[in-house]
Amino acid sequence: MIAATTALDPPYDWPAYRSSALRCPHRPLLTLPAGPTELHGPVFGHHRIDPADADLTAQHAGEALGERIIVTGRLLDADGRPIAGQLVEIWQANAAGRYAHGNDQHPAPLDPNFTGAGRCLTGGDGTYRFVTIKPGAYPWRNHPNAWRPAHIHFSVFGRTFTERLVTQMYFPGDPLLDLDPIYQSVSDAARPRLVSAFDLGTTTPEWALGYTFDVVVGGHLATPVVG
Amino acid sequence: MPGHPTPSQTVGPFFSLGVSWIDADELVDPGRSGAVVLLGRVLDGSGAPVPDALVEIFQASPTGRFDPNAEERWSGFGRCLSDDDGTYRFVTVKPGALGAHSAPHIDVSVFARGLLQRVVTRCYFPDEPDANRADAVLRAIDDPAVRGSLVAVPDGEGLRFDIRLQGAGETAFFAW
Repeated sequence: MIAATTALDPPYDWPAYRSSALRCPHRPLLTLPAGPTELHGPVFGHHRIDPADADLTAQHAGEALGERIIVTGRLLDADGRPIAGQLVEIWQANAAGRYAHGNDQHPAPLDPNFTGAGRCLTGGDGTYRFVTIKPGAYPWRNHPNAWRPAHIHFSVFGRTFTERLVTQMYFPGDPLLDLDPIYQSVSDAARPRLVSAFDLGTTTPEWALGYTFDVVVGGHLATPVVG
Repeated sequence: MPGHPTPSQTVGPFFSLGVSWIDADELVDPGRSGAVVLLGRVLDGSGAPVPDALVEIFQASPTGRFDPNAEERWSGFGRCLSDDDGTYRFVTVKPGALGAHSAPHIDVSVFARGLLQRVVTRCYFPDEPDANRADAVLRAIDDPAVRGSLVAVPDGEGLRFDIRLQGAGETAFFAW
């Protein structure tokens, strides 16, 4: 009846991430045999999603400040099958490392032309695509001189409740990755899956750099096979 | 990268930017017959409210179905951001039965700063004692206090399902 989580996802109890101290469960997880509720999931087709919601640079009267980027990839299940028509939501800091959120007290400028939130439904082959601004790094108070590496938050829905995933996408070559307890909470083997790839093919000449990031759902909160 | 699932990361403190566009705390019209208020507080290991939790629910329709056409505009999905008091609140309906050994239940996810991955629990109904006694998931839990953490309690306004992330009265959380 008692399950441990697999190495795929980070542990709940991760002292290097201070906020986990009072919020991580202490009792081992119980096993929930996946039944109909777990093997179905919400469908968002009836929600009104505007194609413009996927362009974070064009949600205001003026141009957003910063390095314009394209972020695209596929939403796949653990068998590599594309998940079509499902919801992908993103949110992020602006180019200066500031969120358009009332609780963000980082003294970096807000950009009146950038909110930092977008969403889209995946296409028939599981593809999503956003146009946005490369987010800046920002300080946080987890430990002295702590800085989060640049990242974009991703929230995705798979086909089933068990495939629900919230994660963060990072950028290649960021020196802050080695110092970040949130990124480092993931096992060595799985960490690279959180880092996007620069892609010249996705890059649009004279306009925007391209990054690719596939999101593979499945295996979360899974009971490991005991050998 | 097929076969290599993407790891979870925390939802962080600023998720309302990205997820509050859906107005999904009312799964059904509050005036509808059978509508029930499901509310509770998300609490941390010190008993303090978690004011920045994202609570999502997923459930079958009253007839035990999941397809979007089962009920008019039925999605089975609810989303609520906890308030300063750690309180979330949904308006929903009791889901239909899903088999002989499965009492009506609502699956609940909680995401928050400090949680590197979501926690998953289940909410059962207090007015289903017979079905709850026969439920395979509840039956497999020996400790009555742990089992009890999965059953909502009647509250003035509806049903209360508090979620204690840690410590005394810690809610039972699941993997599969």
